[in-house]
Amino acid sequence: MGKVLMKGNEALGEAAVRAGCRYFFGYPITPQNEIPHYLAKRLPEVGGVFVQAESEIAAINMVYGAAGSGARVMTSSSGPGISLKQEGISYIAGAELPCVIVNMQRGGPGLGGIQPAQSDYFQAVKGGGHGDYRLLVLAPATIQEMVDLMGKAFDLADEYRNPVMILGDGILGQMMEAVELPPEDLSFKIPSKPWATTGAKGRTPNIINSLYLDPLELEKHNLHLRNKYEQMRKESMGETYKTEDAELVLVGYGSAARVAKAVVDQGRARGLKVGLFRPITLFPFPKDDLQKACCQARHVITVEMSLGQLIEDVRYNLEFKVPVHYCGRVGGMIPTTRDILAKIEALTNLQGEGEEV
Amino acid sequence: MITVFERPKSLTSAKTHYCPGCTHGIIHRLVAEVIDELGVREKTIGVSPVGCSVLAYNYFNLDMQQAAHGRAPAVATGIKRVNRDKIVFTYQGDGDLASIGTAEIIHAAARGENFTTIFVNNAIYGMTGGQMAPTTLLEQVSQTSPQGRDPSLQGYPIRMSEMLATIEGAAFIARVSVHNPQEVSKAKKTIKKAFELQQAGRGFTLVEVLSTCPTNWGLTPREALKWLADKMIPVYPLGVKKTLEGGEI
Repeated sequence: MGKVLMKGNEALGEAAVRAGCRYFFGYPITPQNEIPHYLAKRLPEVGGVFVQAESEIAAINMVYGAAGSGARVMTSSSGPGISLKQEGISYIAGAELPCVIVNMQRGGPGLGGIQPAQSDYFQAVKGGGHGDYRLLVLAPATIQEMVDLMGKAFDLADEYRNPVMILGDGILGQMMEAVELPPEDLSFKIPSKPWATTGAKGRTPNIINSLYLDPLELEKHNLHLRNKYEQMRKESMGETYKTEDAELVLVGYGSAARVAKAVVDQGRARGLKVGLFRPITLFPFPKDDLQKACCQARHVITVEMSLGQLIEDVRYNLEFKVPVHYCGRVGGMIPTTRDILAKIEALTNLQGEGEEV
Repeated sequence: MITVFERPKSLTSAKTHYCPGCTHGIIHRLVAEVIDELGVREKTIGVSPVGCSVLAYNYFNLDMQQAAHGRAPAVATGIKRVNRDKIVFTYQGDGDLASIGTAEIIHAAARGENFTTIFVNNAIYGMTGGQMAPTTLLEQVSQTSPQGRDPSLQGYPIRMSEMLATIEGAAFIARVSVHNPQEVSKAKKTIKKAFELQQAGRGFTLVEVLSTCPTNWGLTPREALKWLADKMIPVYPLGVKKTLEGGEI
């Protein structure tokens, strides 16, 4: 199949359908509205169900019910709506239900704005709701990658019985790019889920639950979850770009990484040994790949559309062995190549003077 | 030997944690008997709430999902949309349904979701220790209305069934009680009716069951039954509030 020109949100919706997703529950919020618009039309064509819920809280709890019944199900939202979903996400993580949650990030806090941002990084990678849990977090940087990661997101969700978040932003949702969609296979069967509530026909009842009143039992459950999160490490993914000899490595994900990539080329043209490391999974964080990419680096700069959130994980995963600096814009503003180059040049000029920037 | 009385197949043999004199046990049994009589045990999925009946998944011998506080109707929506040929019910208390979960119950009814809600109204928060519920009666003493519920401070009791009966998507809304054998028998018939309407795909059905909480009301079980009859029924009149078919049960 050839390429088609599609808006990010719509391509994501189609990719979900082709990954076997048949249920969508959501509530309107900018800048992700084209996902529900698309799926409201598309899902009934394949025998699926689209429900506009009364709130994000209700939507995520519908996801809980449908996921607990064994379906491939997703919801999407942005910042304020994702905050409302956190209660349900915690229950879904606790009850170990597979589902996909899309966050097309916008600026915050509070109502914030509707322009693209990456300010929900902590919320996405550190759990987000109450209790000890993690989401698998995938961060595409192009619409093609968003499409490719959709199938993977559902597969990972089923494999680990864990919610998976696609952490996009308003740019990725709203822009158009040429994409090649995976083939549509209507005979595709989703993995069987013998634990799902489908009626206890000829078997003992299945119970979907996150309540453990006995602290010893809850601790056992917590440790089981931790073990699962450890297992997920093997799923970590990252992209390196011209890092082999890089003395300065930019680290960024999603839309910010696209700007950073352009900076690498511009910097190289000026004779600067610059490279890019782009985490594709934000949880698990691709620690080994990051360390490899930065093995020659004298400086690392995080390029982010948040006020120094990614930088904490980069410092931690580099084990504080390399100085890590911040370069970003927030509130819906996007860092420019000029901003980043200026930061690089400032650092490069200071080299040898033993000064910290 | 002739068996004259036995546990419904839809109940497990687990001992419940309910207080002596609490009517949750009766209501569990009625729901289980109805599921048995309709022969749908193996195709029924229940949703337990947060509150006293949070552990209902241990007592019903059915596939069950435990929902976040107030969200049972949303969870049931997700379940029923996937399992269209199955029977789905939520079992919720008054704090769960009439306070934190008002949005979820109203919109499930408005969408005409084809599941059944068993709404247990005992006019108080039981599990958390006797706080005022939205259904607490005027002048009723609770931990958080220690002088008795004063409308100028704490507002008025909500009549959920009457409110839900105004919604087009609701197919059947009724209020019953379990304070004496006659009412228990009526309650069962009403619950059965709701499940039958769901089987027929008629839309949202809800049965509100007036229930006792001797522990938090500070009454003996016998006094509690009398209090329900004398105090609650005048505020929460029994009967069918809405049916698409018309007439009484």
